[in-house]
Amino acid sequence: MHTLITLFWVAVAIALAMGAGWLFLAAARRLTRGGVARALRGAPVSAGFGMLVILIYVLVALFAHLIAPFGERQVVGAQFLPWDGTYLLGTDNLGRDMLTRLIYGARNTVGIAFATTVLAFSVGAMLGLLAATVGGWLDQVLSRIVDILMAIPSLIFSLLLLTIFGTSVVTLILVIATIDSTRVFRLARSVAQNIVVMDYIEAARLRGEGLWRLITREILPNALAPLVAEFGLRFCFVFLMISALSFLGVGIQPPTADWGSMVRDNAALITFGDVTPLLPAGAIALLTVAVNFVVDWMLHRASGLKE
Amino acid sequence: MSDIWIMIAKRLALGALTLLVISVIIFSATELLPGDLAQAVLGQSATPETVAAFRRELGLDLPAYQRYVNWLFGALQGDFGTSLANKRPIADLISLRLGNTLFLAVYAAFIAVPLSLTLGILAALFRNTVFDRAANAMALTSISFPEFFVAYILIFFLAQSGLFPSMARVDPSTGFTEALYHTFLPALTLTLVVTAHMMRMTRAAIINLLASPYIEMARLKGMKPMRVIWRHAVPNALAPIITVVALNLAYLITGVVVVEVVFVYPGLGQLMVDSVSKRDFPVVQAVALIFAAAYVLLNLLADVLSTLSNPRLVHRK
Repeated sequence: MHTLITLFWVAVAIALAMGAGWLFLAAARRLTRGGVARALRGAPVSAGFGMLVILIYVLVALFAHLIAPFGERQVVGAQFLPWDGTYLLGTDNLGRDMLTRLIYGARNTVGIAFATTVLAFSVGAMLGLLAATVGGWLDQVLSRIVDILMAIPSLIFSLLLLTIFGTSVVTLILVIATIDSTRVFRLARSVAQNIVVMDYIEAARLRGEGLWRLITREILPNALAPLVAEFGLRFCFVFLMISALSFLGVGIQPPTADWGSMVRDNAALITFGDVTPLLPAGAIALLTVAVNFVVDWMLHRASGLKE
Repeated sequence: MSDIWIMIAKRLALGALTLLVISVIIFSATELLPGDLAQAVLGQSATPETVAAFRRELGLDLPAYQRYVNWLFGALQGDFGTSLANKRPIADLISLRLGNTLFLAVYAAFIAVPLSLTLGILAALFRNTVFDRAANAMALTSISFPEFFVAYILIFFLAQSGLFPSMARVDPSTGFTEALYHTFLPALTLTLVVTAHMMRMTRAAIINLLASPYIEMARLKGMKPMRVIWRHAVPNALAPIITVVALNLAYLITGVVVVEVVFVYPGLGQLMVDSVSKRDFPVVQAVALIFAAAYVLLNLLADVLSTLSNPRLVHRK
């Protein structure tokens, strides 16, 4: 009986999500023109839902200080209070408002993950494109370094590096960006290798275009579609990795509000049948699902709609 | 035949070289510290005499390459030095936990591999049906879930009612069936995390093959769909399937870290996380070396097995 009720609610949630995705797509098609509208016409409901969720997360992250009912680090009441009128989602292990922490978590966790991805991406993609364009010994050296770094499991490697450099937000970003840029390098290099052999690159070289111009004006625009999809996937990986490290207690440190450590701090409640600690974990899961839905649609479009 | 053996020997040599370079990286990572290990452990307030004494104790007065050689040969003989936190030999800390971690990973693999291969083949056979779509959506969703979310959902639904224990306590005296029962939830968590990926890759590998002419031929002969898959598609899809299975087993080895912490399971992963927060360098290095070795060996195994299953791969570039 209990499972049936749960299944019913899951079905209701899926139906609502699909409805919201459909409505969002309909509204977006109305509001946009030209190329964007044409692209949106073929988008599946799942992609609409994904874009809607991402938009909501971005808005919450940007306006966290306006939406949150209390201060991020403010102790407002007793510990582990249940849900009520004042504290909508109760309080956490130190008596801070759960909803407020969740809202600020959107800013901190997502923000840090985004910054890390951007850094990993710019370094990895630039080096990858450079290696493919220049070739020769530079390519060999960079590729072998990346091969070796990729042979160490990423979570283990980041734990090792965090032991050495200590746990702070800056080291966290640098360590994960370094590890992740190797994966971006691989993809960027293999995409660019197919482009460098094209005739128009030969033409551009003969015209006397410099290396920088060659990479940014000739190769990058043509490698953009797979790279953008990869950006979404990498963001998911980085986001999950940072959450996992924070959950293990070696990532984002207190008192900063962060979803991974919120789960860890309040996990004791779950064994008493309280779902509150599942909310930050669910917030992480929902965003990754949403990004994956959008990436799936983009990959489908980039592959020329073939199955 | 001899071509295959030469290829395997080459792969093994490459694997050994990779491991050697990884051991250098893991060892020399501590050399990146500002100052040195002794200063990092003792902190700013330590007197120069204490730092010097501690340095001698750790053997830091020797040159780096000599320490590396000592460390590596020690590790090869199962001697990883002593822990900084409790001064016990690291080998003692590790031996029991390594067995526990392997037990959990093998347990999860025994459920996950048959399950995901079956689901993947079924999804390929019934592609674009409701079953396929549902399986695909589930796969995409479970890839996106953090491990601890899956773990806590399972605790919420299965452990709260007392059906399974939420803490996986095992010790050497625990019997085999009892250990299986106690570690059921962690094993199930790991299964859920890896099944999706393996299933999707199996499906993709089989669907890829179903488009080739000899499958068309088999169909036109009037073969039954199940038989086409078993006789013609699966043997040719073995190489990619073996690769993806091995990759996921390698993933299990690292995914085990988070799951062990959630279920308070006495394994290597938990030891590593504890040592990271205590900044116990030798322990972290030892565990990292073991995890990395397991990861490299599994990838090597996948490479060799998939080549054996498909001799055409011997002559690839």
